Amino acid sequence: MHWSLRMSEYPKIARVGLSGVVVTFGESLSDPANLAAIAFRGAVDTQAWEDVSETASTLVSTFLAVDLVAVPYDDIHARLTQLLATRDWFDAAPPPGQKLWTLPMCFDPEVAPQIGEVATEAGLSEDDARRELINAHTRIITLGYAPGQPYMGLLPEIWDIPRQSNLTPHVPAGALVIAIRQFVLFTAAMPTGWRHVGQTAFRPFDPDRAQPIMLSPGDDVRFAPITAAELAALDAQDSLGGTHWEPTP
Amino acid sequence: MTPTLEVLEAGPAVTVQDLGRTGYVAQGLTRGGAMDRLALYEAAALLARPVGAALEMVGMGGRFLSTVDTRIALTGAPMSANIEGRPLDWHGTHLLPKGQILEIGGVRTGAIGYLSFGGGIAATPMLGAQSAHLAVGLGTILKPGHDLPLKTDPGGPEDLRLPPDNRFLGGEIGVVASLQSHLFGAETLESFTETRFLRDARANRQGIRLNPDGDGFAAAGSLRVVSEIIVPGDIQIAGDGAPYVLMCESQTTGGYPRIATVLPSDLPRVAQAPLGAEIRIRLLSLDDAIKRERASEAAICGLASRIAPRRWDPRDMADLLSYRLTGGAISATADPFEGDEP
Repeated sequence: MHWSLRMSEYPKIARVGLSGVVVTFGESLSDPANLAAIAFRGAVDTQAWEDVSETASTLVSTFLAVDLVAVPYDDIHARLTQLLATRDWFDAAPPPGQKLWTLPMCFDPEVAPQIGEVATEAGLSEDDARRELINAHTRIITLGYAPGQPYMGLLPEIWDIPRQSNLTPHVPAGALVIAIRQFVLFTAAMPTGWRHVGQTAFRPFDPDRAQPIMLSPGDDVRFAPITAAELAALDAQDSLGGTHWEPTP
Repeated sequence: MTPTLEVLEAGPAVTVQDLGRTGYVAQGLTRGGAMDRLALYEAAALLARPVGAALEMVGMGGRFLSTVDTRIALTGAPMSANIEGRPLDWHGTHLLPKGQILEIGGVRTGAIGYLSFGGGIAATPMLGAQSAHLAVGLGTILKPGHDLPLKTDPGGPEDLRLPPDNRFLGGEIGVVASLQSHLFGAETLESFTETRFLRDARANRQGIRLNPDGDGFAAAGSLRVVSEIIVPGDIQIAGDGAPYVLMCESQTTGGYPRIATVLPSDLPRVAQAPLGAEIRIRLLSLDDAIKRERASEAAICGLASRIAPRRWDPRDMADLLSYRLTGGAISATADPFEGDEP
């Protein structure tokens, strides 16, 4: 057995171990590729194929959970090829029903210690970096990694900074972390290679809340800057952290 | 009164685990469930009931008391065990009489033991499953004083035994190439399959680190790979070049590139590899991998036919110590599934 090394144009269909298939719409994150992945997932769901047990959209891909021991890969590949040919997926519109969320966020180094590092990576002063991040206006491009956990983007080019090569062993729940033109808002404490630049009392997943997962792919997000003392006060209240939303204008 | 299992003492990582939950990947929640799913199937066969939740005990068991008579099955990694001082054979069923104390100690080989009950566990499902998903805060690690509701045991044979499996010592792990394997280049991939790995102490329900006996591995531009879907068994290469096998409580997506994916039927062997055990990687073609998975499925279906009454009852043995040593021994070479195929 030799490793098969092949590349092809997008969209590209690939096997995920023996557990599924992904259809990828780009080598790197872009709005058209992200929106294509969300729209194609909707199209697959509409097919209601019995051997597809669940679907998801990631940053630039649509995932289908398929037991490839029971379903021949060639068979699912052919069905996906046919469905891909039905339209140009790269001009798909954002999903309907978007919300604009306002998240109170503390960018104080006392609770978000890596703001200085990312300023250096981005070639900005620490004050300028903080101001840029506070005013960032992003869209939720996927939920993933952990329940309800939003990836938000795309940030301007200067934020195309790599993940650090070593994991930070412990970054707390509610951490806003940054890499490769995206934010992630952590639902739980975890080790990460992303850099910690903000901290909120909002928890994207709370199994004890009436609505455990509140955010959806396609929603818009902006920040309301708060002090460390305000953060502590919100933390003491509930898992909403002062977050509110309105319909996207 | 509801049949109850009282937890008197518990090791550091005792949780309720079933086969986990499906349908939540789109919202970021992975399947979770038992690290060694085969141990649940073994218990189901021994207890002649559908597969269901068990207590997953990592490294160390605990002391338990049932308020009713119930059969128990002990599967997964063999651990020292007794009821009121009477030693129990692993890989088998026993009667736990009402009010008597079941004591389960440290693991003898492997990593994770499972305690199942004749009627099953009656914990309230969370998002469709009883499994604790520690990484996301669903459910909890059991502590002394915890009362676990049981379902009534319909009863059945109390002295059955499965031949021990050989998955508790590390060994060869079958993998298939996956969607990011090509990022590593042919030379790195060849060296990956030729490397010996030792299971590291960094291991939990999210992932298990394997230390290479030589250099680590790197994908070109790996720090900038776009985050992509993860399935259990994906082998992720973190920044320092060492592989992590992503397990049942892994994330749903991740940005560190994955070099290959462990076959589902070999994940129990990864989960059960004790600290320091040697792991070797064998790359399989898709066709060969599917053959191995089908053989494994057939072996699970055939578990019931491999069950036998215990040959010696420890209560009849003059020399309990020698019996326990024999009962706990695991063959490194015997394949319990060998000869099972038609």
